[in-house]
Amino acid sequence: MTAAFAVKGLRKHYPDFALQDVDLTLPQGQVMGLVGVNGAGKTTLLRLLTGLAAPDAGSIEVLGCRLPDEQVAAKRQLGFASEDMRLYRGQSLDWHIDLVRRIYPEWDDAYARELIARFDLKPAQALGGYSHGQRVKALLLLCLSRRPRLLLLDEPTTGLDPVARAEVLETLCDVLRDEGRSVLFSSHNTHDVERLADSIGFLHQGRLVAHADKERFLDNWRRVLCLGAAPGGLDGWPELVHVRAAGSQVELKVRAWRDDLPQRLSAAGLTVQRVDPMPLEDIFVTAVRAGGAA
Amino acid sequence: MYQQIVDQITARVMAGDWRPGQPLPSIRELAAGSGVSVITVKRAYEELERAGVIVTRHGKGSVVADRPEPARALLEEGLRHHLQEAIAVGARLGLDRAALHQRLDVVLDGNPPTSQSKGSQS
Repeated sequence: MTAAFAVKGLRKHYPDFALQDVDLTLPQGQVMGLVGVNGAGKTTLLRLLTGLAAPDAGSIEVLGCRLPDEQVAAKRQLGFASEDMRLYRGQSLDWHIDLVRRIYPEWDDAYARELIARFDLKPAQALGGYSHGQRVKALLLLCLSRRPRLLLLDEPTTGLDPVARAEVLETLCDVLRDEGRSVLFSSHNTHDVERLADSIGFLHQGRLVAHADKERFLDNWRRVLCLGAAPGGLDGWPELVHVRAAGSQVELKVRAWRDDLPQRLSAAGLTVQRVDPMPLEDIFVTAVRAGGAA
Repeated sequence: MYQQIVDQITARVMAGDWRPGQPLPSIRELAAGSGVSVITVKRAYEELERAGVIVTRHGKGSVVADRPEPARALLEEGLRHHLQEAIAVGARLGLDRAALHQRLDVVLDGNPPTSQSKGSQS
């Protein structure tokens, strides 16, 4: 089966930033969540995949089409939505729909009408009067109604109120009822990624520091609470990303978790009190503070 | 997150809402319906299969297992886990076995814990 996208050895240099040696593949029918702090390279990667920017090195294949040579064929099947995309403020949603429908024959008007109702948008109103949330939803509507096989979404839920966010997430879920369609989205909202993503790509300072299926990614990490005095040399254990002693308690955050760790901690003089899985948010912050150790 | 799905399905099977032999929603269907990723539902189904709550037949999807008994095992496991946590808290409070038993009785009897538990703390 063709991958939704595959990039190899991808590099892109800007004066103050470089995306370096990214290898990444998204199988069809899957959702990948991109996490990383501002400036980690998420938007650059998305822009390269849309063909809006050209790489300095490496190869990009989108839905079986090589970029840039076959980008016209690729672009017909992919949908990109990002916050900084401009809509015409003086024109209505209906006017935009008409414009996009002329360009893309796959346009699904029934679905567009369904989304107008679900998103509670006024199609005849000039977009200059839309709120931020309404503009985001309008943009998604224009993108989704083309029924693209690959959706590239840059921060689709940022700045949305909880109701709008739920509407957008539910709509993304609907997309995935069809196993021929795939989604790559970036988000600061780790809860959204934890919920929706099949795999997680973690960018840090222009490098892909981790990429794994979500369950395995989360399974790799644990928070361990111990009683006792932290023995010297604990900092040198490669799997311990975070060690903090407070009174008689020691908190550890562990990557590359293995079941024999509690035993080894006991042997080092610590009494393990509890071992808990970590939410993605905690993993993300811990890994970034440790310099991208994921 | 997969644990929530495991718990929900186990509860439905235990309550008899889902009968033995009844087909489960496809992984993709349940994922889209409950707003979680496909891989999370896949993991939940694997756990349920291991616990004997559901049976997966190749290419035919999953059905509720013939005997819902195994779902009990999963709940038993959950209970054991909660009790272990309670025991760990008890140990921190310095409670011995008898004191722990007494605390459990107090909760079971629905009595306010303060009036009866005072004596056992020494």
